[in-house]
Amino acid sequence: MTATTDLTSPLLAAASCGTVELHTSQGWFAVCPADALQPGRGVAALLPDGRQAALFRDRAGRIYAIGNVDPFTGAAVLSHGLLGAADDRPYVASPLLKQRFDLADGRCLDDDGVAVASYPVRVS
Amino acid sequence: MAATTATADTPDTTIVLVGHGMVGQRFLEALADRGVTAWARVVVLCEESRPAYDRVHLTSYFSEGASPEELSMVEDGFMERHGIELHVGDPAVAVDRDSRTVTARSGLTVRYDTLVLATGSYPFVPPVPGKDAAGCFVYRTIDDLLAIEAYAQGVTSGAVVGGGLLGLEAAGALKGLGLDTHVVEFAPRLMPVQVDEGGGEALRSRVEGLGVSVHTGVGTQRVTVGEGGRVAGMELSDGSELPVGMVVFSAGVRPRDDLARACGLPVGERGGIVVDAQCRTPADPAVFAIGECALAADGRVYGLVAPGNEMAETAAKSIAGDAGSFTGADLSTKLKLLGVDVASFGDAHGATAGCLDVRYSDARSGIYRKLVVAADGTLLGGVLVGDVESYGVLRPLTGSVPPVAPEHLVLPAGAGAPVALGPAALPDEAVICSCNNVTKGTIRAAVTDHSCGNVPEVKKCTKAGTNCGSCLKVLGQLVDAELEASGVEVDKGLCPHFAQTRAELYEIVLALRISSYRELLDGHGREGARGGEGCETCKPAVASILASLAPTVGASVHVLEGEQAALQDTNDHFLANMQKNGSYSIVPRIPGGEITPEKLIVIGEVARDFGLYTKITGGQRIDLFGARVEQLPLIWARLVDAGFESGHAYGKALRTVKSCVGQTWCRYGVQDSVRMAIDLELRYRGLRSPHKLKSAVSGCARECAEAQSKDFGVIATASGWNLYVGGNGGATPRHADLLAQDLSDAELVRLVDRFLMFYIRTADRLERTSVWLERIPGGLDHVRDVVVHDSLGICDELEALMAAHVAGYRDEWADTINDPERLSRFVSFVNAPDTPDPTVRFVPERGQIKPEPVLLSLTETVTA
Ligand code: SRM
Ligand SMILES: Cc1cc2nc3c(=O)[nH]c(=O)nc-3n(C[C@H](O)[C@H](O)[C@H](O)COP(=O)(O)OP(=O)(O)OC[C@H]3O[C@@H](n4cnc5c(N)ncnc54)[C@H](O)[C@@H]3O)c2cc1C
Ligand code: SF4
Ligand code: FES
Repeated sequence: MTATTDLTSPLLAAASCGTVELHTSQGWFAVCPADALQPGRGVAALLPDGRQAALFRDRAGRIYAIGNVDPFTGAAVLSHGLLGAADDRPYVASPLLKQRFDLADGRCLDDDGVAVASYPVRVS
Repeated sequence: MAATTATADTPDTTIVLVGHGMVGQRFLEALADRGVTAWARVVVLCEESRPAYDRVHLTSYFSEGASPEELSMVEDGFMERHGIELHVGDPAVAVDRDSRTVTARSGLTVRYDTLVLATGSYPFVPPVPGKDAAGCFVYRTIDDLLAIEAYAQGVTSGAVVGGGLLGLEAAGALKGLGLDTHVVEFAPRLMPVQVDEGGGEALRSRVEGLGVSVHTGVGTQRVTVGEGGRVAGMELSDGSELPVGMVVFSAGVRPRDDLARACGLPVGERGGIVVDAQCRTPADPAVFAIGECALAADGRVYGLVAPGNEMAETAAKSIAGDAGSFTGADLSTKLKLLGVDVASFGDAHGATAGCLDVRYSDARSGIYRKLVVAADGTLLGGVLVGDVESYGVLRPLTGSVPPVAPEHLVLPAGAGAPVALGPAALPDEAVICSCNNVTKGTIRAAVTDHSCGNVPEVKKCTKAGTNCGSCLKVLGQLVDAELEASGVEVDKGLCPHFAQTRAELYEIVLALRISSYRELLDGHGREGARGGEGCETCKPAVASILASLAPTVGASVHVLEGEQAALQDTNDHFLANMQKNGSYSIVPRIPGGEITPEKLIVIGEVARDFGLYTKITGGQRIDLFGARVEQLPLIWARLVDAGFESGHAYGKALRTVKSCVGQTWCRYGVQDSVRMAIDLELRYRGLRSPHKLKSAVSGCARECAEAQSKDFGVIATASGWNLYVGGNGGATPRHADLLAQDLSDAELVRLVDRFLMFYIRTADRLERTSVWLERIPGGLDHVRDVVVHDSLGICDELEALMAAHVAGYRDEWADTINDPERLSRFVSFVNAPDTPDPTVRFVPERGQIKPEPVLLSLTETVTA
């Protein structure tokens, strides 16, 4: 697959085959085959430094990665949340207390002061 | 009147308010609204230990868990903003009208230019022997409530003296405290002032149905006093005795006019400070009296908030130099006493010469309606018991000829000619909120001229709906109608992606046999939402509709099949309930609560082997907590192997059908309640619905299974089963209503089939049957017409839909553990399927585990 490396944007239009990679401070890190991601849902990935990322695929096929830990409860659960969209920007709603996080930049839509990490993604 | 030249720092006019109750606070607000607080010094002497609070909703302290703070009527910062000096816990003890001073208990003396008395009333305690024993109370203030609550801890039963409005409120409070409750009323019926004989009967049957013992036509002879000077019982005038541990006197109120008497102001024969139409004492123009302590110009003392508020406005107007008068008020009331709706308005007793009345009475369901009309058809008043749906429209119509014949107005919905008497039928002068005297015209103007866009804004702007709340329903309808008329679209849609309600989407899915969310969103979603992502509101709602109708519309019956998997709420998606630390819980189905020793042992072994926390739930089954996502299939493999299946604790679906042990073992049982509970649980298992569904079956009227708190509850009778619907536990409990009696097994099942399918078809998202039953037009009567009498001709279809569900049922967990593709998502990490989530950790407690308290993991949180 063509690899588009766009570090300014955490998301990337992806096809259903190839490997999803995520960019951390240590460089690109292969996570899973692209078809392991189901539109509208997420999976969790364990990163080399022990942190966790939540990866999602939206209906249009775009893939996103943000931190997996829900900052409101401390539980690593964002990957289990449901996707939605507000103003055409996709978000995930935490399964615990339902706060929403923008998938592109990790900002919490329900509390201005809070955000989770967001990671650039590519499919190669 | 007052000098308007004074500056704010040295006002030369002082207004003293004695009494900071509901009316006193309204008076202060009226002063502030008229700008009086800007030029006058206002001093308030408040006897109670807290500023004004909502006395009308006192009982909600017990029934809804309101805190004293929530009952406060004073907006934060109100006193400071208007420079009002409030002295809490410091009552006035003397007034000297010559020197125009008021002295408070603390010794504080204030000179006044204007004195306003708003001292309210005190509860009348009949002079019966023993009335001062420990355990005798009155019901007027928050402090009374707190004292009642504390004392009730030590007793099991209580009596209320007085079966009027307040007596029934007090009875509700005692009932709420779990006491065996008696009401003793001297008159031959309950609420003698508000309702007539027929209404009293209906009210009595309802109140007794709630387990309160009613004694009418008898007086209280004495309170017997036992050890330690505590109440030991009560003797009645007919010689009978009630073995109660506490007594609440609620035998009427008397105006608190002692201060006025002492300073020589005239009071009425039966009490009350005499005032004129401006609420001023004729003897001294510097003194006003308002609220329950005043004897109004029409010679009456009013014991309700609405007239008190009008007096407050009138006095404030006079003080501000505006014209205003109070010459009498409407005594309409609408109450929910002990969960029974009662309303009376206008000439409820038919006292007007030449009037006629029209009545409808159904003793079985405790419904009574009476309208009083003049010979020319003018509506004069009425009494409604049990179902007061129409009160909001009827009361404002009082004094005019209603557009519909009175007989149609008393009939239950669905019987006779259809009555569409909405708020649109009301004239602009009709008073919608009687507590605050707000007319339909004022409410319309709030929307059109003051651009209020919703009910909260209209409440703020007009004060309508801010006291007893009985007008809120009509208020909502009016605001919607007005918004619609002014071109604003009132959005009743499910979410930003669908303009339809859940019930409308159900009809679309069923009629067009739609089997996928995308198809529904792209074809029927809002313009800009088509082709998009949708959201966490509409996805599970549509998933639930598809699941309810799966066999009929051709969707997969498994909620994790294909696209459906992506729509499910997190719990449904993992067929387990997520807990606070990200672990999951497991609840196998235990139909009717019956379980063999072998199965209990399996649950024990599984819990032990996987280290799960084990607890008996409130639903008669067992919950296993603390499983990691990758453990779920392993645990379920063992459970399925032992014959267990999913308990759907995670779904908006049938939860449990509880049972009592019933006829087989219990000496009182008249039917086999366990078998019926098992049959019902197995029939409706897996049925997805707008909200969760709970049920129970009791083997006799002792009701050990608590069936009347369930969405559908069944109680055995000698000849069959009684079916109750619309019950609810939780934060707003509701007793279920009797839908049908003495049913055979087959009749029972058929009715439940129809009832559930009708609910699933017409309810809103996350609307329990209790809320649905209260909301849908016609309420219980309508539901009975539809499901018992087939008034819509849809019963065949409802039964066919249920039959399809029952035939299509499969255990979700058994299907899942046999499907590698579905199993693949049960891992903590997609890139490390064998690694457990290291953040899910436990610590020991009482011999089991509990989640380790998680610290906010700041390393992963970026502060924006
Ligand atoms: C486990 C259990 C408590 C227990 O340890 O006993 C429980 C646990 C929860 N209840 Fe409950 N309820 C449990 C019995 C009840 C009961 C008693 C009963 O069913 O007889 C009631 C009152 C009856 C009723 O529902 O009318 C009850 C009324 C509620 C309510 C209030 C519902 C309402 O209409 O007001 C909620 C909130 C909601 O559903 O919106 C709730 C919600 C919950 C939730 C889902 C809260 C949440 O979102 O996390 C809890 C999750 C359970 C889990 O993760 O497994 N639970 N809950 C009980 C499971 C019963 C079972 O075997 O399925
Ligand atoms: C349980 C309950 C339910 C009710 N339900 C309804 C209802 O549904 N609808 C309805 O319209 N009405 C209802 N009422 C009646 C309503 O509460 C009263 O009509 C209303 O509170 C009257 O207001 P008020 O200011 O005149 O008197 P209050 O609210 O009684 O206030 C008077 C205040 O003055 C204080 N006071 C007295 N003497 C002095 C003094 N010398 N110095 C300083 N302060 C003094 C008192 O302590 C009290 O705080 C209910 C009442 C109760 C108790
Ligand atoms: S409800 Fe009746 S039959 Fe069932 S256990 Fe209680 S007393 Fe026995
Ligand atoms: S009628 Fe009581 S708040 Fe409106």
